[in-house]
Amino acid sequence: MEKIERANQEAVRRMLAADPILVDVIPAAEAIPALRENMILHAGPPIEWDRMCGPMRGAIAGIAVFEGWASNLDEAEKMAASGELEFHPNHHFDAVGPMTGLTTIGQPVMVVENRAFGNHAYCTLNEGLGKVMRFGGNDAEVLTRLAWLRDVFGPAVGAALRDLGGIPLKSLVARGLTMGDEMHQRNVACSGLLLRELAPAMARNFNDGEALAETLAFIGGNDQFFLNIAMALGKAITDPVRGIEGSSVVTAMSRNGTDFGIRVSGTGDTWFTAPVEMPEGLYFPGFTEADANPDIGDSTIIETIGLGGFAMAAAPAVAGFIGAGAASEAANTTRAMGEITLSKNPEWTIPALEYAGVPTGIDIRRVLETGLAPAINTGIAHREPGIGQVGAGVVKAPMACFAQAVRGLAETLGVA
Amino acid sequence: MSDGIRDTLLGQPLKVINVGLEGFAQDLERQGVAVVRVDWQPPAGGDPTLADLLSKLGT
Repeated sequence: MEKIERANQEAVRRMLAADPILVDVIPAAEAIPALRENMILHAGPPIEWDRMCGPMRGAIAGIAVFEGWASNLDEAEKMAASGELEFHPNHHFDAVGPMTGLTTIGQPVMVVENRAFGNHAYCTLNEGLGKVMRFGGNDAEVLTRLAWLRDVFGPAVGAALRDLGGIPLKSLVARGLTMGDEMHQRNVACSGLLLRELAPAMARNFNDGEALAETLAFIGGNDQFFLNIAMALGKAITDPVRGIEGSSVVTAMSRNGTDFGIRVSGTGDTWFTAPVEMPEGLYFPGFTEADANPDIGDSTIIETIGLGGFAMAAAPAVAGFIGAGAASEAANTTRAMGEITLSKNPEWTIPALEYAGVPTGIDIRRVLETGLAPAINTGIAHREPGIGQVGAGVVKAPMACFAQAVRGLAETLGVA
Repeated sequence: MSDGIRDTLLGQPLKVINVGLEGFAQDLERQGVAVVRVDWQPPAGGDPTLADLLSKLGT
């Protein structure tokens, strides 16, 4: 259909023309003025307390204590169950969050500005691995770390970014791809490249050498620090693609641990949802598949822009880590994603595929026609609240979301 | 089949690409013929209503 082809050309043009810059770290209340007390933004499509999974409930209880809305976890759960806490998707407020993905008034958020279109996207700071709030962790250790991120780390990184005038992310991701990152389950290179840019500016802003060392070591000791930046980058790139009449390009994929949801440019902000699937992967010592929570997090915004599982060929080390097979299998995954996308990104290339660009612009029609579901690299949370990450793996986006989206687009175009 | 085609097609090792039913590939393999399989399935997983919509949407 000519109208769809024209709309999709525009959608891909906007994705490829994006110019995302990491410009600041500021309090979420400042970034998102609509945020208020007792209001929690979460990963995935809309969901209420009674349908939320264990890690989501655990994180919500923890954040309510962190924000001072509840004096302990039990009280927080009662507030949530009684309707005293208000829940909305991050995606409805220009934000994204990994795993449980909670954004609240008192947390710092990183700001990515898309200078080609003037929009901004936000994501909280990455807390590190293991027992952390994004995996449902909520004990004193988790809350103390969040307070340090809010009071020390966030302001320091924000000041450094302002001094630098921001850090361009497109070129940084391009280098990361050539160094073995796919930006979802492997961010070693990009985290290191970012630290190299940030460190001198941070040193200029610190009088206390020990505090500076602690701040730099936090980034240096966290291979996934760049994940949250890649997510805000993804949101900043995809938001200008929303609402192009007739376009069948996916603008968001996201999971709340219960439902998987996608949004499509030509159907506005409608969510097409289906039950989430269980990741297949490898588990940390002492944990098995029986401990795993189903798929969760806004981090699939990374696959939406052609990274993560779509760029698996750039990161053969990840294929081993998440149990996705040999390096040749990683290349096959990227090639398969080329079957369901409209273009390749000439600025984000993969050396192992003769410098082919990452597959960009998921077309819901191609997903349904080929039967190839988007491939996602993901962390795996424990199914019970308060425990944290137990492994990493791969998961497919449910085909039912794409079938619904095709019906929705057909209705919008009057051909259903 | 003309003699010319038979000579050129069957007078050399066959190169077979199988699309669709697995049985076709298996029969040839039992006779020692190498087969490359194409991972293919009907559009929309074989759902005729969705396949019709896809057709209208221009795939």
